Amino acid sequence: MHPFRYSLPGALQDAVDLLAEHGEDACPLAGGTDLTVGLRHGTVRPRIVVDLKRLADLRPGVSAENGAVVVTAPTVLTELTAHPTVRSALPALVEAADVVGSVHIRHRATLAGNICNASPAADTVPVLAALEASVVLEGPEGSRRLPVADFVQGNRSTDLRRGELVAVVAIPLPTDPCGTAFARMTRRRGVDLATVNVCCTVSHDGTVTFVYGAAAPRPVIVRDITGTLAAPDADRAAVDAVLDQILGRTTPITDVRASKEYRLAMLRVLSLRALHRARERLATQELARQEGDR
Amino acid sequence: MTDPHPIEVDTHRIEVTVNGERRTVVVAAYTVLLDMLRDTFDRTGSKECCAVGECGACTVMVDGLTVNSCLVLAVEVDGAEVTTVEGLAEPGSLSTLQQAFLDHGAVQCGFCIPGMLMSAQGLLEENPSPDVGEVREALSGNLCRCAGYNRMFEAVLSVAEDAR
Repeated sequence: MHPFRYSLPGALQDAVDLLAEHGEDACPLAGGTDLTVGLRHGTVRPRIVVDLKRLADLRPGVSAENGAVVVTAPTVLTELTAHPTVRSALPALVEAADVVGSVHIRHRATLAGNICNASPAADTVPVLAALEASVVLEGPEGSRRLPVADFVQGNRSTDLRRGELVAVVAIPLPTDPCGTAFARMTRRRGVDLATVNVCCTVSHDGTVTFVYGAAAPRPVIVRDITGTLAAPDADRAAVDAVLDQILGRTTPITDVRASKEYRLAMLRVLSLRALHRARERLATQELARQEGDR
Repeated sequence: MTDPHPIEVDTHRIEVTVNGERRTVVVAAYTVLLDMLRDTFDRTGSKECCAVGECGACTVMVDGLTVNSCLVLAVEVDGAEVTTVEGLAEPGSLSTLQQAFLDHGAVQCGFCIPGMLMSAQGLLEENPSPDVGEVREALSGNLCRCAGYNRMFEAVLSVAEDAR
């Protein structure tokens, strides 16, 4: 492995200072499940690695406060998916985080890292974009907040500026009933990158949102506000017509995992599966709300 | 290609407990946990195979959680407790799980087995009565190119609490 220096700052500001001082020669390290592979293969060659796991003011943890779930950068995926609020209110995020790598990977890998790695096939990113999650960045100029959908700019590209790091990921909890589901296609059932993936949300007012992964360099967000897809008894021909328009916004490519034609065909299948589950979840929530009102 | 800006090797003194033995060792920043376990601690049960976190041959536990030791830097385990396959039982004896692997004929070439055992151990510590689906999921990060999976699943299920 190419030699580098390792630093274990004890406070967020020290980490920011190190990242700012070294610029492109510095790499932040959270779980390291992507970074270590890059270090080994020489695809990233930092002169210093800044470990974010012992920051006194940014401990690993998930909290549910002020209508949002807040996940700090060093929080591993298994801790995220074990959190009771995440399990009850954000089932699609659990579905996506539970299929990142293997259990060994999920014991180390982080949500912030999955975002910052900016792989078009990242599983959690479509869900975070669909839930309108934000990242809070800390840097030399202070902190700023950006929607995850804007932060990820392309294949391996984010809006991270010199000296900045993602400190927390904030996911708003839906106030009105909202059904959400994640679906993906892989070549083998366990431990594989997504050939394509999708998160679907069906909101109380009938708006259906799809966010597609591995279908373009960055997540593709498409909404149907006609109510056609949200209707439980929707006519198949009408649904297909809307899906034709929606899938026209994706630009999948042919690579080692699949051809673009196969990806397009599977995006349609996954869209329908995710839509079906999201509608079911919305119906369950609406029923629970009605019973609560009674 | 020579590096136009060579840097000195950055070393760190860390304190780590491996299979109950606490030691202070000096590691280079770029040393991965797997190499430290094999080369410094002479615990060669953990294997290097894919070195990208897909095959699980290097699986060990860090503070009770299974990890790919090829993807963890040695400096990251400062202060941690690491368990390798050698730590599953006293030297010269076998754990119940290890014995079950033998009894079920789950070991063919054997290369994947240390990782498989650690993954299965991790599962059983978290969930003492897994069903076959949970065993398959827990071992999905460990590849066996002899394809001896079914006997391994049977071995793990035989030591699950429900089976006793």
